[in-house]
Amino acid sequence: MDELITIDDLSFGYGSSSLHKNINMKFSRGKVSAIMGGSGCGKTTILKLIAGQLIPKSGKVIVDGQIVHEQDRDGIYNVRRKMGMLFQHGALFTDLSVYENVAFPMREHTNLPENIIKDLVLLKLNAVGLRGAQKKMPSELSGGMARRVALARAIALDPDIIMYDEPFAGLDPISMAVICDLIRSLNDALGATSIIVTHDVAETFSFADYIYFLADGKIAAEGTPKQLLASRLPFVRQFIHSEKDGPVPFHVEAPSYKVDLQL
Amino acid sequence: MERAKLDIWVGIFVILGIAAMFGLATKVGNLTSNSIKETYQVFANFENIGGLKPRAAVKAAGVVVGRVDSIVFDTEAYHAVVKIKVDTRYIFPKDTFANIYTAGLLGEQYIGLEAGGDLENLEDGDLITQTQDAVVLEKLISQFLYNKAAEED
Amino acid sequence: MNKILNFIEGIGSTFRKKMARLGAGTRLFFLVLIYSGDSFKRIHLTIREIYFTGVLSLIIIVVSAFFVGMVLGLQGYYTLEKYGSSEAIGVLVALALVRELGPVVTALLFAGRAGTAITAEIGLMKATEQLSAMEVMAVSPVARIIAPRFWAGMISMPILATIFSMVGILGGYFIAVLVIGVDEGSFWSQMQANVDFSNDIVDGAIKSIVFGFACTIIALFEGFDAPPTAEGVSRATTRTVVISSLAVLGLDFILTSFMFV
Repeated sequence: MDELITIDDLSFGYGSSSLHKNINMKFSRGKVSAIMGGSGCGKTTILKLIAGQLIPKSGKVIVDGQIVHEQDRDGIYNVRRKMGMLFQHGALFTDLSVYENVAFPMREHTNLPENIIKDLVLLKLNAVGLRGAQKKMPSELSGGMARRVALARAIALDPDIIMYDEPFAGLDPISMAVICDLIRSLNDALGATSIIVTHDVAETFSFADYIYFLADGKIAAEGTPKQLLASRLPFVRQFIHSEKDGPVPFHVEAPSYKVDLQL
Repeated sequence: MERAKLDIWVGIFVILGIAAMFGLATKVGNLTSNSIKETYQVFANFENIGGLKPRAAVKAAGVVVGRVDSIVFDTEAYHAVVKIKVDTRYIFPKDTFANIYTAGLLGEQYIGLEAGGDLENLEDGDLITQTQDAVVLEKLISQFLYNKAAEED
Repeated sequence: MNKILNFIEGIGSTFRKKMARLGAGTRLFFLVLIYSGDSFKRIHLTIREIYFTGVLSLIIIVVSAFFVGMVLGLQGYYTLEKYGSSEAIGVLVALALVRELGPVVTALLFAGRAGTAITAEIGLMKATEQLSAMEVMAVSPVARIIAPRFWAGMISMPILATIFSMVGILGGYFIAVLVIGVDEGSFWSQMQANVDFSNDIVDGAIKSIVFGFACTIIALFEGFDAPPTAEGVSRATTRTVVISSLAVLGLDFILTSFMFV
């Protein structure tokens, strides 16, 4: 298979702590891959490592044949031009209108004349169903709409790679379904490679091609949704069926109850 | 806000700043009266300059004609050498008299030039020979007291 | 013994942290210089920020300047009148404003009005991942966000200080001449005779440029360096005011000591 992004023996941590230990991942061209795991297990960090915002302690991230962290500033920016990223809460520029937000990457990276930018912006906004909201400011949008505008902005320059950081967090079921649908259809329409970081099981299993499970800084499981549903790994079972106790314990490690109560 | 409207406001802002600077320069400061461009230098020696400072005014008949450029102490003759820059528009005879005056009782000190009657004029680098020192208040008072005491004797 | 050691260790680590922040601030300044070309090429970004830092600060500057001028006129008059030299009121007001109060008070107000706005805005952009989003879009936040604000501050501050001085003098004029009745002619002429353009006015302007630099870079750095949380941003905003004010007063002493000898 044709891999666009390869994560090779990657370790990362802030300061002396270590978050990831020797991780290997492969993201195939044209597929929607998901990275799942509990909160705080470093899912988003992987996206940042791919985008070159963080530098790994060891190992490397290879995007389209280039080792990300060995690039100089211009090199990283060149790699990033192939990427679009949807942030957890959209991260729309609050001082720009919806239209200007989507036009932003075009204005920054192309010298297109204004009328072509207009056509492109309306096209992208139409793709996410928000052509009617072009004049609004981000503060006037609902969470789901803001996410869709951010998605339009992420795909403004038709990127090869689209990364989604918690695209479903804090959305109502309707918006969630809309975003799900958009991720799949945009990926197929643009022929892009999508990486989703999430912990929403049902949505992800419904449309992802390949799923990685992260736990304790390692890959706990990987496979297609079908393989994972059939998996007998206790962690995967706990996660998929949202059981409160299992390999991930309900109780944080603590001395025995008796000691704490001073009995 | 629209870009055009924004530009107008910023334009007004900058113009206000320039106007304020212009007001400070002309109305508050001495830029207009200080616009002496071409000058010639003359020197004057004083036994005592009192509180005269560089950049003090040089006046003739009350009109500012120049400025004190520098004041140094001559270690050979033991007097102060004052370098004066005079506007080239104003010419003075060679025997011009230079006095150090005080504006008001406690005001700043300045140099007053009184034209003499010589036919030749002061030129760049010339020395004004006739000078009168600054009035030092302490000297004046002690003189006064001394005279008083002498009268009473 | 242990307490003393801890105390010394505390001093050391605090000093090290402060130095690290100073270093990071200097780094930001050089980054701004490197990316300044970009912000001049698209001048409308800078103009937009001049609107937010300069034009929007205009009202507070004008109103406070007028009051400061009036107070100076009133206080000066009370004192000078005792010595029978109330005409010197113009000189007093003008020199006080042009040399000191113009640049210093403007800088303090600027730190409170524009500085905090800059810190809060950038801190919030950081907290809502707008700066990260820009980075991922291969757009440098320093070029797009920091540099235009830096130059806007550098341009706005001297203009505001000049306006402050002029309006303050008008305030003094209003009280001294129009209300108290000091002779108008001697008010202005004494002023002109004693305020020197190249010494007093230009030196005051230099001060305001230095203060503008200090306030702007501190506000930018605090915003850029703020922890991306609500608490972090609010602390950074407070720090902007405190550090800017101290920097302005300290710099003022240094500048004054070798400007007006």
